[in-house]
Amino acid sequence: MTNSWTDIKNTDLVVVMGGNAAEAHPCGFKWVTEAKQRRGAKLIVVDPRFTRTASVSDYYAPIRPGSDIAFLMGVIRWCIANDKVQWDYVRNYTNMAYLVREEFGWSDGMFTGYNEETRSYDQSSWEYQIGEDGYVLTDETLENPRCVWNLLKAHVDVYTPEFVERICGTPKDRFLKVCEMIGECASPTKTMTSMYALGWTQHSKGSQNIRGMAMLQLLLGNIGVAGGGMNALRGHSNIQGLTDVGLMSNLIPGYLAIPTEREPDFETYMSTRANKPLRPNQMSYWQNYRKFMVSFLKAMWGPAATAENGWGYEWLPKLDIAQYDGLRMFDMMSKGEVNVYFCQGFNPLLSFPNRGKLTEAFGKLKLLVVMDPLATETAAFWENHGIYNDVDPSKIQTEVLELPTTCFAEDEGATVNSGRWLQWHWAGATPPGESQTDVWIMSNIFLRLRELYRKEGGKAPEPILNLTWDYADPEDPTAAELAKELNGRALTDVPDPNDPTKLLLQAGKQVSSFGQLRDDGTTMGACWIYAGCFTEAGNMMARRDNEDPSGMGVYQNWSFAWPANRRVLYNRASCDLDGNPWDPERKLIAWDGAKWAGPDIPDIAVTAKPREVGPFIMNPEGVSRFFSRRLMRDGPFPTHMEPFESPVANPLNPEMRGNPVARMFPGDVAQLGDRSEFPLVATSYRLTEHFHYWTKHNKVNAVLQPEFFVEISEELAAERGIAKGGRVRVWSKRGEVWAKAVVTKRIRPLICDGQTVHVVGIPIHWGFKGAARKGFGPNTLGPFVGDANIETPEFKAYLVNIEPAEGSATS
Amino acid sequence: MNIDLSRRSFLKLFGAGAAATSLGAMGFGAAEAAVAAHVRQFKLAATTETRNICTYCSVACGIIMYSKGDLNAGEKAELIHIEGDADHPTNRGTLCPKGAALKDYVKAETRLTKPRYRAPGADQFQEITWDEALDKIARALKDDRDANLIEKNAAGTTVNRWTSTGFLAASATTNETAWLTYKTVRSMGIVGFDNQARV
Repeated sequence: MTNSWTDIKNTDLVVVMGGNAAEAHPCGFKWVTEAKQRRGAKLIVVDPRFTRTASVSDYYAPIRPGSDIAFLMGVIRWCIANDKVQWDYVRNYTNMAYLVREEFGWSDGMFTGYNEETRSYDQSSWEYQIGEDGYVLTDETLENPRCVWNLLKAHVDVYTPEFVERICGTPKDRFLKVCEMIGECASPTKTMTSMYALGWTQHSKGSQNIRGMAMLQLLLGNIGVAGGGMNALRGHSNIQGLTDVGLMSNLIPGYLAIPTEREPDFETYMSTRANKPLRPNQMSYWQNYRKFMVSFLKAMWGPAATAENGWGYEWLPKLDIAQYDGLRMFDMMSKGEVNVYFCQGFNPLLSFPNRGKLTEAFGKLKLLVVMDPLATETAAFWENHGIYNDVDPSKIQTEVLELPTTCFAEDEGATVNSGRWLQWHWAGATPPGESQTDVWIMSNIFLRLRELYRKEGGKAPEPILNLTWDYADPEDPTAAELAKELNGRALTDVPDPNDPTKLLLQAGKQVSSFGQLRDDGTTMGACWIYAGCFTEAGNMMARRDNEDPSGMGVYQNWSFAWPANRRVLYNRASCDLDGNPWDPERKLIAWDGAKWAGPDIPDIAVTAKPREVGPFIMNPEGVSRFFSRRLMRDGPFPTHMEPFESPVANPLNPEMRGNPVARMFPGDVAQLGDRSEFPLVATSYRLTEHFHYWTKHNKVNAVLQPEFFVEISEELAAERGIAKGGRVRVWSKRGEVWAKAVVTKRIRPLICDGQTVHVVGIPIHWGFKGAARKGFGPNTLGPFVGDANIETPEFKAYLVNIEPAEGSATS
Repeated sequence: MNIDLSRRSFLKLFGAGAAATSLGAMGFGAAEAAVAAHVRQFKLAATTETRNICTYCSVACGIIMYSKGDLNAGEKAELIHIEGDADHPTNRGTLCPKGAALKDYVKAETRLTKPRYRAPGADQFQEITWDEALDKIARALKDDRDANLIEKNAAGTTVNRWTSTGFLAASATTNETAWLTYKTVRSMGIVGFDNQARV
């Protein structure tokens, strides 16, 4: 989230598209209710199903799964055509006036530079024109045909209301009503917020769905303002934190990058990181990258990381490909290329697509280690459970270790909510049996491995032997010890860079902000964006002052929000060029003549004069981007792409299948289904009574929603002879499931490209362990393909078929 | 008992359910008499309260856990109740159908309590000690790393890349667990590293 849950009360219009907050995030959704009640805010829901969020909306529009880009580009086209643009914002805070290279263009739904063999673009033309002074060329009049504004207008031109209706199945009048409601928020004193979740990410072009809305929000001047923003509703209690701390193939904590093998040494790595400003006076905050990276390396390897050895850079793994994400690892596993695999609180047998492939993959491991509070299906992938897990244990040679861990109630530390609040929690229960914390388990694994390297030697032992481990109890570091490392501290006395006779920070003291981190090895800090969370003043994450003097839902002294305790990102953009809030009623910060100040922490240097420094300080442009240059693999503008399995052809290019640059592994192409055999669109979702695959272990939740079902329209039920509550078989090219049929008015057939499209809703919560009845999930059916940029599996739009099945449903 | 009771101490005395309904229905004075007449000593009065955060979605509702026994005093603490934290700015005491049943998750019958091992071809788990399990893991890591770590690529660049062992990290563990996991996994050179953000 750019904003926070409590900030939603400041909005005038909530657009829920790609999510279902009322059911999946009920207690956060109350802030939508609050905005409706107190401000008269409106709620729009665009979704294939008439969800419970839709049931309390002011306006609902149906949409075919996987067609969101067409809808969003259509809204942008409408706003431009009807002059619903916050011009002062767009002119000054976006790259609308920037000139793009002459060679850049598009045709047939593709951008310049496509290479069919490598399934990738040569992106060299997706760039600005740069002048002799090293800065981007601009045309403030917006007359130059190569400026971003004119390119955008041309790009969205095809997305007429008729085209949107044809692609999305959204009736034209409904689409236009949504446009009108959204268009009102182009006013500087009206804001719209976007609340989305996996309904947007789980597509082969999920990132472009989100960019589409981000562009619309820029057009309306809604980024950085109270009640606005792009608000990703994260699905789990600390998936934000796990990502912040870099637990992904290609990340270092704080969104730094794991090096590639094309960067053999530290200086080569750094040479492309510290972005020089692309416009005069711009802050381009990544110029501080070296400070964050050196402080991270010092956190890893302490005294062994020196200037001479590039701060231990050599010890970091170097990638040869973009990333070894989950899908790739399971593909490698299925080919016998992985021997040992750990699942820490993660149940991939039910979470990743194409379960048949996963089962085969796990069977090729030598050792699977599962750490979990609960008995997971993954740990028991080799158990026979009839149709629910049809395997022969005697044929599976994988060794499995199932390790009992504590859960939240028995553990201490911080989790990060969607609004980037790091909230500390305390243990209040004795762990059951012999269960242990993940920290204890990981420490003991590490210490034993380190001991083996000490005794036996072996390959590249230095990164293991030199890893810092300064904990009072090496087998059980405390949460406070680890949190202090995340924050960072001075390793030696740090002189003040502005006055070397003065001391900035005494050796051993916690840094108070990332501004104190240094690139000369005098500071350590594991995760620069967390600096300030555990300072000399104490544990800021444990703060519980719920006063909100401004009434803006800021809660400045409740816990700690990264970065720098800032609650609304890009909040400089909530003010006009001179530093006055667009809407004085919703002031977050303002320029008082000498400095920036207000209820929130300014997202700009506090003394940076208005009209000099742009509000998007992380970008070398200082502004935000309608044209995203080479930052996304599938294009600098979002363009309509069909799902890999789609009931209709892409009208921009009927030959194109899915996202032309999304990664497909060879064996998976053959496992894609065709619309002639699988005419129905499947989409997965959550229920309000369940959380993922966890609450099926709880009696209460298992009673509330005991049994796996699929949801279909009355029309489809009639067409296929399916009775309400009857048993059905649903199958895709990859597998089959049996379920109870919920026949409903919530899903209606759509007319797309002249034909009727039926949608089958498949909730995710069942397996073969726990207190609920045994069942299936959508991952038996889903395709093994991910988003082109971040490899999120395409669970929200794929093809299935359905028929009545023998036997009655169990209830 | 005509004293000025705060909401929290009132709840402690008379029980959350009774207080919430009676307060609205009859007014404070009447509720006091009516409730006191037939409600036994509130079960939570003698418990230890601990602040925590719901472990499910990212709204991150504040919760209060009630335990018999005080963990900080070195006692065995048994969780007996969880409720929403009325002081929390986001949820203000409310919980959803998942959060309201959080105690069932902590006390689920399918909670794991002992390390278990499944041998090749076996059709069931057997118990194993922590020492045995940890030694087995360390040995397997050492052997696989020594056999398969790619120290240098074809160009002679040091790459310290280990692709034959992978690690899927969680979605509900703390930042502190995440950092310790990060340190150890990266020090070994594991690149097949992912979390639950994508699913």
